[in-house]
Amino acid sequence: MAKKRTIRSIPQQRTPVREQDPRVRRANFAEVNLGYNEAEAKLESQRCLLCPDPTCIGGCPVGIDIPGFIGRITEGDIRGAYDVLARTNLLPAVCGRVCPQENQCEGKCVVGDALEPVAIGRLERFAGDRAIAEGWARRPHIEPNRFRVGVVGSGPAGMACAADMAKAGCDVTVYEAFHLPGGVLRYGIPDFRLPNEVVDAEIDALRRLGVRFECNTLVGRLFTIEQMIGELGYHAVFIGTGAGYPAMLGIPGDSLNGVLSANELLTRCNLMRARDFPAVDTPLPLGRHVAVVGAGNTAMDAMRVALRLGAEQVSCIYRRSRAECPARAEEVHHAEQEGIEFHWLTAPVEVLGDGKGNVRALRCQTMILGEPDRSGRARPVPVPGSEHDIEVDQVVFAIGTNANPIIGQTSGLALDKRGYIAVDADLATSLAGVYAGGDIVTGAATVIEAMGAGRRAARGMKDYLGLSEPATPRLPGDLSGTLFGIAPEQKNFVRLRVA
Amino acid sequence: MPDTQTPDSQNGAGFEIVRREDFSDVTYLLAVRHPMMARAARPGQFVIVMSHPEGERIPLTIADFDAAEGTVTLVIQAVGKTTREMQQTCHVGTRLHALVGPMGVPTHLGKAKKVVCVGGGLGVAPIFPQARGFKQNGASVIAILGFRTKSLVFWENRFREVCDDVILCTDDGSAGLKGFVSDGIRQAIAAHPDIDEVVAIGPPVMMKACAEATRPHGIRTMVSLNPIMVDGTGMCGGCRVKIGDVVKFACVDGPDFDGHLVDFDDLMMRLRRYAEEEKAATARWSETCRMRALLAVS
Repeated sequence: MAKKRTIRSIPQQRTPVREQDPRVRRANFAEVNLGYNEAEAKLESQRCLLCPDPTCIGGCPVGIDIPGFIGRITEGDIRGAYDVLARTNLLPAVCGRVCPQENQCEGKCVVGDALEPVAIGRLERFAGDRAIAEGWARRPHIEPNRFRVGVVGSGPAGMACAADMAKAGCDVTVYEAFHLPGGVLRYGIPDFRLPNEVVDAEIDALRRLGVRFECNTLVGRLFTIEQMIGELGYHAVFIGTGAGYPAMLGIPGDSLNGVLSANELLTRCNLMRARDFPAVDTPLPLGRHVAVVGAGNTAMDAMRVALRLGAEQVSCIYRRSRAECPARAEEVHHAEQEGIEFHWLTAPVEVLGDGKGNVRALRCQTMILGEPDRSGRARPVPVPGSEHDIEVDQVVFAIGTNANPIIGQTSGLALDKRGYIAVDADLATSLAGVYAGGDIVTGAATVIEAMGAGRRAARGMKDYLGLSEPATPRLPGDLSGTLFGIAPEQKNFVRLRVA
Repeated sequence: MPDTQTPDSQNGAGFEIVRREDFSDVTYLLAVRHPMMARAARPGQFVIVMSHPEGERIPLTIADFDAAEGTVTLVIQAVGKTTREMQQTCHVGTRLHALVGPMGVPTHLGKAKKVVCVGGGLGVAPIFPQARGFKQNGASVIAILGFRTKSLVFWENRFREVCDDVILCTDDGSAGLKGFVSDGIRQAIAAHPDIDEVVAIGPPVMMKACAEATRPHGIRTMVSLNPIMVDGTGMCGGCRVKIGDVVKFACVDGPDFDGHLVDFDDLMMRLRRYAEEEKAATARWSETCRMRALLAVS
């Protein structure tokens, strides 16, 4: 056992991560953050105090044993570190890259009270990448059962649910409307933040678990959720279709050519590879001066994609201040380094045309922050007479999404008043055997939250199917409140008692 | 075990073309095997096609579907790079890289007793399942089919089989009535004062003319819009259209909308969004074809 670490004994500085030079990377789609090598990862791992009662785990939506995996990195047992991660996180290479760690694990790290918190995300990515390179994602022993599970949507929620159900022994099929699987990991997050090879590796890992992917399948229209439970013979179904209906601002001029949603920009560039036009057929003409409205992760991605596609100037238009900006801290930092021009406290009021259907400028007004609104953030209030025009020839809206209507149009599932799918605490919908999670339930959220929802739904589905539940964090031997070791909240309880 | 596999389930093998017909030197028909979609498709719906892995995703309205044969039929006009390329590469036995659908809200066949189905040019194909659907629903159906000239006419007999009356119009008068489909509508309205509904599919300028022809008579007029799409599932918003004061996404809220509320000028402006790129891609492709032909000769 190594000597006990204290806040004074650990390396005081956070180990810097190597990055592509901002001047170079703003013209390419290669990954910005190059990740730790083993020496850097070991050094950073020594900054973890290995707290006996770790607070960081509480900040993780899937409850990764963070000191457990970091301690193994210190010991040089990278495989062991990966195994600890893989117990709770299906996609460490993805989450290490895209989680908003500063609001989650790293935000709760006690080292962060005095120094910079441990770089948990970078360490997670290091172990995840090593696992991909070494092919560690092995197929666990799976005892097949007779249950067939259908998953609608191949994004992070669907992938997480599919993995858990496949490990439980179910025959799992994932349906995807696009021609390639991965959902937002594929069409949304650009390569310089999450390379496609990482997504491919994670999909392959699922295939090795026996999960089948069926692309080009629009569930709801090709067959309905009710048909899946009925004639298609699925015993349980998970819906993780994402929010997918981008909000437009509804200001004059927003249908001009040159105004598009961040989703369209990103899909054309990432999934359809429009950046290689005309070698591929999907076009994406970009303006010289691009304004992106919004300051979330999608907005940051859209701006940095526009820059890489050759825009001379990219501006971020956000009605609140930098402090309220919802994007991941690293993304804002990278965007600033790459030369994005930020217009904080600025709200668009009209897109101005050139008379030929194209964008000429974006008319904005200056805002000041007032009293907090329902979200708890300061409400922006327009300053009278502050209208000004920013000359741009393209406007991208990255202001969030509304509920996608397809499942609601084609099934009898109960929806909430905003059109999202209504679920109970186990993520069960109004239809027996049908579960839902991710953005189609909560509205736009993060990759790890969607994965957490996929796993929570999988627990509910396993209970519903009467499958044993080895993944439930229940201490061995702790049988209090159970009958024959079965928790009363498990829905198979009644069936067992009758037997 | 029930049949839950789509034809593409074998590792992206694609969707087999089982029949091809050429209506003219620019218009061709492809029947694609997809038994599940053939069962699910309803009049008014569309698909998105990708002909090869580097291709673009293009929306095409379903021209017919046959559950017994297990096929979905598309009628395509070679106008841009993708559709011209498909005209050369898509043959019986070849496969489309991606085919997804049926998409969009099916046409509401409703309780209309007398319906006029208007198809202009390529729109003649997708109006066919609607005409048949209305007929099966018990309505009396008048078809108005518009073409530029006689040599482009197709499916006249198929319409005669399912419709009570067919009014054929050509721009040059080489077949049927000389004039546009809007002239055909005026003729139909004059002969039938009891028309409940008009359904029109064709180029935006034609659908606009149809809506204007019926507006004075207050006849419900539905049009099928064809904006630029990427995913076809509501995710990108590229297909947004103005319907009265509200913005709708044609892919999931349509493609059928009330023609009297559609802002056609906005639609036509947005359809020109990628005109420059389309022109460049077509020119580049034509040049490649020419070079290939030269190499083949020499």
